[in-house]
Amino acid sequence: MLRFALRRALSTVVVLWAISVMVFLIFFGTPGVDPALRIAGRDASPQVVATVRHEYGLDKPLPVRYALMMYHLLIRRDITSYVNPGLKVVPEIASAVPVTLSLVIGAAVIWMLVGLAMGLVGGALRGSPIDPLLTAVGVLGVSLPVYWLGEVVNLITQSRLHGSLFSWVPPPGYVSPAQSLSGWALHLLFPWLTLAVLYAGIYSRVFRAELVTALGEDYVRTARAKGISERRVLFRHAARCSLIPVISLFGLDFGALVGGGALVTEVVFGLPGIGLLTYNSLQTLDLPVIMGTVLYAAFFVVLANAVVDVFYAALDPRVRRA
Amino acid sequence: MPSPLGSPAVVLEALLEVRDLHVTFRTRNGLVTAVDGLSFSVLPGEVLGIVGESGSGKSVSMLSLLRLIRDRNMQITGEVIFNGADLLTMPEQQLRALRGREIAVIFQDALTALTPVYTIGWHIVEQIRAHEPISKREARARAVRLLEEVGIPNAERRMDNYPHEFSGGMRQRVLIAMALSCNPRLLVADEPTTALDVTTQAQILDLMLELRKAHGSAIIIITHDMGVVYEIADRLLVMYSGRAVEQGPTRSVFRDPRHPYTWGLLGSIPQFTATGAKRLQAIPGSPPSPLRVPEGCVFAPRCRFRHEACSERPRLRGGDDHLDACWLPDEAKEKLRGETLAYAGGGREGDHAGSGAR
Ligand SMILES: Nc1ncnc2c1ncn2[C@@H]1O[C@H](COP(=O)(O)OP(=O)(O)O)[C@@H](O)[C@H]1O
Ligand code: SF4
Ligand SMILES: [Mg+2]
Repeated sequence: MLRFALRRALSTVVVLWAISVMVFLIFFGTPGVDPALRIAGRDASPQVVATVRHEYGLDKPLPVRYALMMYHLLIRRDITSYVNPGLKVVPEIASAVPVTLSLVIGAAVIWMLVGLAMGLVGGALRGSPIDPLLTAVGVLGVSLPVYWLGEVVNLITQSRLHGSLFSWVPPPGYVSPAQSLSGWALHLLFPWLTLAVLYAGIYSRVFRAELVTALGEDYVRTARAKGISERRVLFRHAARCSLIPVISLFGLDFGALVGGGALVTEVVFGLPGIGLLTYNSLQTLDLPVIMGTVLYAAFFVVLANAVVDVFYAALDPRVRRA
Repeated sequence: MPSPLGSPAVVLEALLEVRDLHVTFRTRNGLVTAVDGLSFSVLPGEVLGIVGESGSGKSVSMLSLLRLIRDRNMQITGEVIFNGADLLTMPEQQLRALRGREIAVIFQDALTALTPVYTIGWHIVEQIRAHEPISKREARARAVRLLEEVGIPNAERRMDNYPHEFSGGMRQRVLIAMALSCNPRLLVADEPTTALDVTTQAQILDLMLELRKAHGSAIIIITHDMGVVYEIADRLLVMYSGRAVEQGPTRSVFRDPRHPYTWGLLGSIPQFTATGAKRLQAIPGSPPSPLRVPEGCVFAPRCRFRHEACSERPRLRGGDDHLDACWLPDEAKEKLRGETLAYAGGGREGDHAGSGAR
């Protein structure tokens, strides 16, 4: 198990390095385009372009440029935006990460609890009227577009019913938990719920399907023939095995969301996270920021994948030897 | 092999008595009759072999004894008296206390029969502790002894291996160890050797016979292999299309088979010749669809001796312990059977070489 984890960690490092090279090549190695002009932004003065050229070593060979970029990105952490003068990319990302993590972790807790509970009840009570009811709720959750749901939630809690039922809802934005724990939770409550609806729907469907399959497996029949309680058959045997594919799906979704996939929710609720940062930098074509967020996103997706693989191996002994 | 407790003077109390068992499934295509009026009994310590082609209702009848089929479209009727109580009507809680402790089941495919994420030791300990209030450590020690008993080398170390780390034969041994861990009075083995090669198959059968001596369990062994039942069973039940068509002491059924279907089954035992195993005859045709079971004798569409009487359903009957459900007069049977074998052995050799291969 430990050996598996170490091997997986090593391959993660290699993949991350490969991604950094690829991102570098996309931004600096595309032939026919002057990266300096793009980094400096639209309508930049010749002096700024010259500064950029010097700072990124654009007159030097590619490997040197790569080393220089990494040096500025990881060690000096002083890559700056030229579109928004004074904005330092790395600290900007660093301050956006807790916002995104707060949003995604909170939503993940909700969707895992709700989704798995729905899937469990639906799968265990297959054939009863509760099952199709839960299916309908799940499908509804999957089919509501996040931006629409977010806008509707905002409309209701911020204006229509803000005077009465939802007077306790704070205005959109983010408060750090260090500043006020209750403020943090209150600001995030509706973003959490909004983001969780889609995923709760998906996870309830996936888990139910896995559970129904597992309940038809031979090992469940063996477990029943042992004379253990139906509850134990459900939880220790069927659900335990059904959880494995769900966990691997979770890793991918979590990684993608933390990497910036929660963009829509962040934009709708004005949360200054990675998604909003990416969104703004794309609007102004702020290349250093875009590059930073892309690298960060790739980093998170790969990292989440590695963590999931290790978890997966812990959950499923058949994987460990592979 | 004579029943160990067999003595004609004493009327033995049956351990298990199944009376008129019917199992049906409502399906999209209509009502499937999987088991159709099955009755049999098992004495303590006896080995009952149930044979029949696949689809004849062997597994469904065994699973329904313990109410292990969770299908809302299934209906079971009849009586299953075990130790004086009806398993089909007793509360689930009470039945659960019998499962695994009084009646244990071994399933065919030992790979899929064990939960893949738990070790062998975990499985056996779970079985023991489901019925006995002993500590994990005691249960574990007993599990190791059981694994040793069923012939698993390095039992102590193998306890922590997962099912996929065992070979098919070894996994079947593990299942047997698990089934025997609470000393059940009845062991139901559903095709325990079908997935195994011939050598391993023989080893597992020997093991089961040995264990029956040590643990005194009665055994119901399901198979579609006449060779297997000949080796292990005291009594034989031949099933066709959800019904018993012949039953009796193994010796008697092999020496004097009375139902044309049994003749076919016996004719399809591989014969060993100088050129190796050779299948002489497979029964022509295929079993009826359980959606449309014939009115009269279920075997009629495939039977060479079909006559007027056969449009009425024959009951299991017989003077002694050996019963059959066929309208042919007993006197005629021996002669007709001789004809079947000659017919099969002569002209048709090789015709079905591939069709019945396992
Ligand atoms: N859940 C089910 N729904 C409908 N039909 C079933 C179901 N389970 C078994 N059957 C039918 O019952 C018959 C007997 O099956 P089975 O007992 O598995 O045969 P065997 O074990 O003798 O090979 C088969 O025809 C099968 O199609
Ligand atoms: S009852 Fe008739 S059809 Fe059925 S097995 Fe006997 S002879 Fe054949
Ligand atoms: Mg079967």
